[in-house]
Amino acid sequence: MTIALSGTELGKRLAEKFPGSIVESIPDCLLVNPSLLPEVAGFLKDIPDLDFNYLNYITSVDYYEYFEVIYRLTSTKYNHSIVLKARCYDRENPVLPSVTELWQGANFQEREIYDLMGIRFEGHPNLKRLLLWDGFAGHPLRKDYL
Amino acid sequence: MAIKTEPFVLNIGPVHPSTHGVFRMRATLDGEVVLDIEPVIGYLHRGIEKLAEQRTFTGFIPLTDRLDYISSMSNNMAYCMAVEKLAGVKVPERAQYLRVIIAEMQRIANHLIANGSFLNDCGAYFTPFLYMFREREKVVDLFEMLSGQRLTYNFMRIGGLSQDIPDEFLPALRRFLDKMPAFIDEYDRLLKENEVLLARTRGVGIITAEKALNCSISGPVLRSTGYSWDLRKADPYLLYDRFNFDVPVGMQGDCYDRFRVRMEEMRQSVRIIEQALKDLPLKGAVRADVPQRLHPPKGEAYAHIESPKGELGFHVVSDNSIAPYRVHIRPTSLLNLTALREMVRGWKVADLIVIFGSIDICLGEVDR
Repeated sequence: MTIALSGTELGKRLAEKFPGSIVESIPDCLLVNPSLLPEVAGFLKDIPDLDFNYLNYITSVDYYEYFEVIYRLTSTKYNHSIVLKARCYDRENPVLPSVTELWQGANFQEREIYDLMGIRFEGHPNLKRLLLWDGFAGHPLRKDYL
Repeated sequence: MAIKTEPFVLNIGPVHPSTHGVFRMRATLDGEVVLDIEPVIGYLHRGIEKLAEQRTFTGFIPLTDRLDYISSMSNNMAYCMAVEKLAGVKVPERAQYLRVIIAEMQRIANHLIANGSFLNDCGAYFTPFLYMFREREKVVDLFEMLSGQRLTYNFMRIGGLSQDIPDEFLPALRRFLDKMPAFIDEYDRLLKENEVLLARTRGVGIITAEKALNCSISGPVLRSTGYSWDLRKADPYLLYDRFNFDVPVGMQGDCYDRFRVRMEEMRQSVRIIEQALKDLPLKGAVRADVPQRLHPPKGEAYAHIESPKGELGFHVVSDNSIAPYRVHIRPTSLLNLTALREMVRGWKVADLIVIFGSIDICLGEVDR
């Protein structure tokens, strides 16, 4: 059984290591400060006793006041998982740092979120629309699109 | 004096028999050698995630059929499991057993198509394909008995199944199970040590376990690298922890290993169905009491299954209305393509087709 690690405990550890990186930690997930996301993600991936080597998926949700981007990570060695979330409050120009450097599996998914939700990922090697064509206007998964 | 050469861009697809749908690759070639490829997708994009937001929770089930249409039952099941998790619905035991049986039948049907079309790509034009379609036909007949459909089944419901199985289903399944191991042996005799197949696939398109994990690859492609990661074992859902089965793994992660892993998985699926049939409760409800206008409490849930192609998951967000606030589909086929670029570099165009075929994607799921 994949064990869902407690966000509160891991949040405490991360807040000590990177002050200001954790906005909120509840048992289900960790709400991460977007500017420190690569540091936090890199820590989770590289520390031997956590070893989050597998990125299950990235997705995004539009809550009108903010966009929430959700990362689910799993360690196939210890069989445990954690959910990270990052919020973008700027509707006009939402930007998040890319995690493609850490997990290549993020490549297509970040392109897809850029395409359908309009969130730009800084540091992505090839940030182009994935499913829709280049001249397409708007980002369909936003709640105000339709 | 050396002849001046320059790279050549070849456009493969979107409509081409070897692309399994509408997949397009912009391949940069040096003579016959592939220097680089750029996958171009989206030709089958229907905006299914957006359409989900305008439907009721139950009304979205038929659309999940159109994702990976080779294994519709698995898609139905993964989505229903996510909503069940969100709404806290408990599925009756008989329905859970039937779900296991159906999911494993679907795995057999999918792997038959996957391996059949893979051999087509290798140049064994349609002979093995038709052998494998012979057995897939039997699975499809059984599914037709259940749902009346032969491709898009729309059979699962939130809380169980849409209806109980008909009386003639179990005897027919029994006949199928009795014959299936002999059929798999027949494929093995034809193909396992076939020299042409070995020459075309052994050592071709190798991917390492670390690379595969880093690229979020799952399913037979990950297991072909020798890494044993199967959600039925790693994160058991339904009743999979009650059955004995092995997780077949490959040796070096080449095209041949992917082919072999799928063959062995079919044997294991037969094993699981046999055990499930033995324990299947003969009577009982096949659907929990779920209101037609279901509105789960505010929140979100993610459920994943080991679909025939890999980890298939649904992330469902509810705002306590009758329609999902957001549905995200974790697309196995799309993520399994992440490493395609590295896998084909340096191989010839003919190998590019073989490597691509060995990944087993379904464009309905890649584009959604």
